[in-house]
Amino acid sequence: MNLQAVWSIYRSEMRRFFRTITQSLISPVLSTSLYFIVFGAAIGSRIQEVEGISYGAFIVPGLIMLSVLTQSISNASFGIYFPKFIGSIYEVNAAPVSFIEIVLGYVGAAATKSMFIGLIILGTAFFFVDLTIQHPAAMVAFLTLTCISFSLFGFIIGLWSKNFEQLQLVPLLVITPLVFLGGSFYSISMLPEGWQTVALFNPVVYLISGFRWSFFGMADVNIAISLMMIALFLALCLGIIWWTFRTGFKIRS
Amino acid sequence: MASIIQVENVSKVYDGGFRALDDVNLSIEEGEILALLGPNGAGKTTLISIICGLVNLTSGSVSVGGHDTIRDYRAARSLIGLVPQEIALEPFQKVLDGLRFTRGLYGKPADPDFLENVLRRLSLWDKRDSMTSELSGGMKRRVLIAKALCHQPKVLFLDEPSAGVDVELRKDMWEVIRQLRAEGVTIILTTHYIEEAEAIADRVGIISKGKILLVEDKDTLVRRMGHREMRIELLEPLASLPDTLAKYSLAQSEDRCTLVYSYEANGERTGIMSLFNDLNAAGIKLRDVDTRQSSLEDIFVSLIEDKPEART
Repeated sequence: MNLQAVWSIYRSEMRRFFRTITQSLISPVLSTSLYFIVFGAAIGSRIQEVEGISYGAFIVPGLIMLSVLTQSISNASFGIYFPKFIGSIYEVNAAPVSFIEIVLGYVGAAATKSMFIGLIILGTAFFFVDLTIQHPAAMVAFLTLTCISFSLFGFIIGLWSKNFEQLQLVPLLVITPLVFLGGSFYSISMLPEGWQTVALFNPVVYLISGFRWSFFGMADVNIAISLMMIALFLALCLGIIWWTFRTGFKIRS
Repeated sequence: MASIIQVENVSKVYDGGFRALDDVNLSIEEGEILALLGPNGAGKTTLISIICGLVNLTSGSVSVGGHDTIRDYRAARSLIGLVPQEIALEPFQKVLDGLRFTRGLYGKPADPDFLENVLRRLSLWDKRDSMTSELSGGMKRRVLIAKALCHQPKVLFLDEPSAGVDVELRKDMWEVIRQLRAEGVTIILTTHYIEEAEAIADRVGIISKGKILLVEDKDTLVRRMGHREMRIELLEPLASLPDTLAKYSLAQSEDRCTLVYSYEANGERTGIMSLFNDLNAAGIKLRDVDTRQSSLEDIFVSLIEDKPEART
């Protein structure tokens, strides 16, 4: 195992993150604050409570997930797409580095960044609402798993994208709707019965539900099923990456 | 000298069906400078890319320092530094950070003194904290060389190092290459400039349409180049050569107005004076005399043109 190489990729990716620290952090913090103002204060003041929790607090886990999912995907996909685009990927290809080390370096860095952003948003939330986290360890575990699996997913998008348009397309067309319809701003039980069944096909529902459970001890779906779903997603992403690299595909001709 | 790179029966067929390399065999000796010469699209870059691990081969095998480039890729790649043809650098990365990154990829611990040495040698030390996007084209190319050297490779590949480079920088680069060779680094460069091969290579390989046509010592090639021809134009056509001129094995043109004399320019006696004396004695009057040397380019062109189409 060439750990030095993993560290080298990781450090260089993190350096990029800190080079653009202002835009990396300001935009998620700003958009989260806006959500709090619009949904929490303006609309939330008329909703009052969802399942015994103030609406402002109720949307916190969903908001964090919203940012973490999109940030994981955009960081990881850009992280591998950019060197492919400018050609500097040749260095990684010519170096004595295995694909596992490449994935660890790039995905590890992307996951760290989104973890960072997730925690910053959580910190921001404390300014707006009263919040207690019932299961802090589970919360961190859920956040970490989500960061890793969606960074892997982003990495796949970056590997397969042939241009910047494709790089934007999946997050825009697939992830954003799934997240908004995944119960970030409401409980699935508030949906009409038919739509509740439809919602169960949305993987993001399980993420948000599980994450919300770690905050409030209540969930739309069983916490064990949530964990299983995220593990399944993680395994799926790992499988696709393994298969992509095994054929030398996408970064080697 | 022992061979450090062995290329055996390597073929490469790209997805579209294009055969970029066709059963290539090549042995590169430790410590030499080998120039791979060939027209655009000959397969030079593909060959280098296969040895360096950027492109998967279709069949055959390559070993570097005795390590197979696929089975034992870590050991093989650790020995290699690559300077690509196209400038491909992270624009917002600082020069020194880029070198640290590359050295790390090769699993080598940080060595600030060594990196400083590399940057100074390439006159980049003053630019160590500049972002690569702020550098001129020539400097970017030197950064690529610095990156290729920062893990102390035993073999250095330079893909078209002179493409788009001014004369001054080219001379500097040749100097660096010679120094590296003196330190025992094996150097392989591709070029389509014949002068470049003549100036720095120990051996020259000529590659065209995916095949290696010839690999020879540059000196042997230069000796071939020492072969000269003298064309003697006559005032009047000469029906037949007098016997006194037989020993010169002169060739006559069809219109009988020109004689062609071949000789070795490096030879002790060229025989030119005695030929002129004998021509004079035979009463043959000359209009003009012209000599020309066969250059590496002639050899190159004749090799490429002589070969029938390798494939259809």
